[in-house]
Amino acid sequence: MSYLQIRNVWKTYEDNVILEKLNFTIEKGEFCTLIGPSGCGKSTFLRMLLGQDTPSRGTILLEDQPLSSEPGSDRGVVFQKYTLFPHLKALENVMLGLEMEHSPLLGKVFGSTRKRIKEEAMVMLKAVGLEQSAHKYPSELSGGMQQRLSIAQALVKKPKILLLDEPFGALDPGSRADMHVLVRGLWQTYGLTVFMVTHDVKEAFELGTRLLVFDKVRNDPHAPNAYGATLVNDIKLDRNKRKYKGETYDTINETPVA
Amino acid sequence: MRLINLNAGRFTPLLKILPFVILALIYWIAADARHALNPEDKLLPTFEAIGDAIKIMVMEPDELTGEPILYTDTVASLSRIAQGLGIATIIGLIFGIVQGTLPLFRALLSPFSAAISLIPPIAILPILLIIFGLDESAKVALIVIGVAPFLVRDTQQYSMELSEELLIKVQTLGASTWQIILRVVLPHVMPRLLDALRLSLGAAWLFLITAEAIASSEGLGYRIFLMRRYMEMDVILPYVAWITLLAFVMDWSLAVIIRKVFPWYRKEKK
Repeated sequence: MSYLQIRNVWKTYEDNVILEKLNFTIEKGEFCTLIGPSGCGKSTFLRMLLGQDTPSRGTILLEDQPLSSEPGSDRGVVFQKYTLFPHLKALENVMLGLEMEHSPLLGKVFGSTRKRIKEEAMVMLKAVGLEQSAHKYPSELSGGMQQRLSIAQALVKKPKILLLDEPFGALDPGSRADMHVLVRGLWQTYGLTVFMVTHDVKEAFELGTRLLVFDKVRNDPHAPNAYGATLVNDIKLDRNKRKYKGETYDTINETPVA
Repeated sequence: MRLINLNAGRFTPLLKILPFVILALIYWIAADARHALNPEDKLLPTFEAIGDAIKIMVMEPDELTGEPILYTDTVASLSRIAQGLGIATIIGLIFGIVQGTLPLFRALLSPFSAAISLIPPIAILPILLIIFGLDESAKVALIVIGVAPFLVRDTQQYSMELSEELLIKVQTLGASTWQIILRVVLPHVMPRLLDALRLSLGAAWLFLITAEAIASSEGLGYRIFLMRRYMEMDVILPYVAWITLLAFVMDWSLAVIIRKVFPWYRKEKK
């Protein structure tokens, strides 16, 4: 069976239909990008994948199991901003997820476990190019560096799927291009399954192996909320992206970990 | 040059001291003038008289306790205010975080604590005196009741300031409710709570001195109100200065603690 299955998913708020008849599957290792006009339910869909919201109808299965109705460590996420812990240094931000896994009571570990976790987090920081900033607070990092850190934070938990919600929307074009190279590189080295929402069409085409488009197909001018958006386009992009763009990643990732 | 662009530069320390010097000067001139008319004047004692009074209250043991009165009073008052603020902080922390983080408990407790915070604390001082008598606990309880509701409401507000994204993120890192409170909410709230505590120092002193004036046998507030009967301004004035200094030192120590223990806090605020 497919890795992530979206089966006849609808989302309605009272009389407003936001999303209707969503039916598609995503395979392990795909890099899906989702675009659509604003208000087409992209964010609503991502909220459902995250567990912040549940479908009004239909089910979403991850590895044949229904998604839990609250966020969990099987789904990692990177938002546009506000997702770093301001009181923790960069390295500690990455360590946090691992620490909580090992210490249910204190959420903090000591001694040899701490050392091991620290090393693991450091590897992740290196992978996103932040080893120099390990001991800085998030407020001392630039916007691009903060997003790198946020990615490292999510990846260290080895999520089954990585959800990106317009992660580069607040960045300047230069750091955005750097981030594209980084994310593609990480996707390749770690064999990630990525689902990214963006409103940058170019970005969606460049990064993804598959492009999904949400839009309304029916529209009643007298009842604008009667019909929701659905999947109108499902484009397979270059299947060999992993291999043939390989040289770009190697420059940022000398030591693949996975 | 516009006034908003003018800076005192190296004269800044001088400017800071200036109002204090002027105040002392005005007092000195006024006291001098009154004493020229009436050498027995009690309203504005001269600096010499104040100095003599300070010497007595700092050096000479009291007949009752065997300790100088300033020492006995300071220890009594500081211990009450420390206990009161300590208990209020713990209440503020626990209830504030619970109400701010857990919607179930917010629904249950938030209107209740908002109502409690509207009770004028002095109005229930008689009740406290009836319940606790002239015991220490009545004075401590007044400070707690006066300060805690304010800290609870502030802490609740701070806990609710945490962005939704951050709370989602920490859940995707596998955190339990307890871990979220311990590793995310608590560090976020702590420096802000200490800031709120600084702001409530004035109220705490107010309640302490009120309680001591009404029912006590030692303490800074008790002494001031006792001396009022004899118009001993040479004791009252240094006591007021001493209380002000104590309040200032408490405020300043809290500021230092916040800066040292939570170095990220000011940076985040910028």
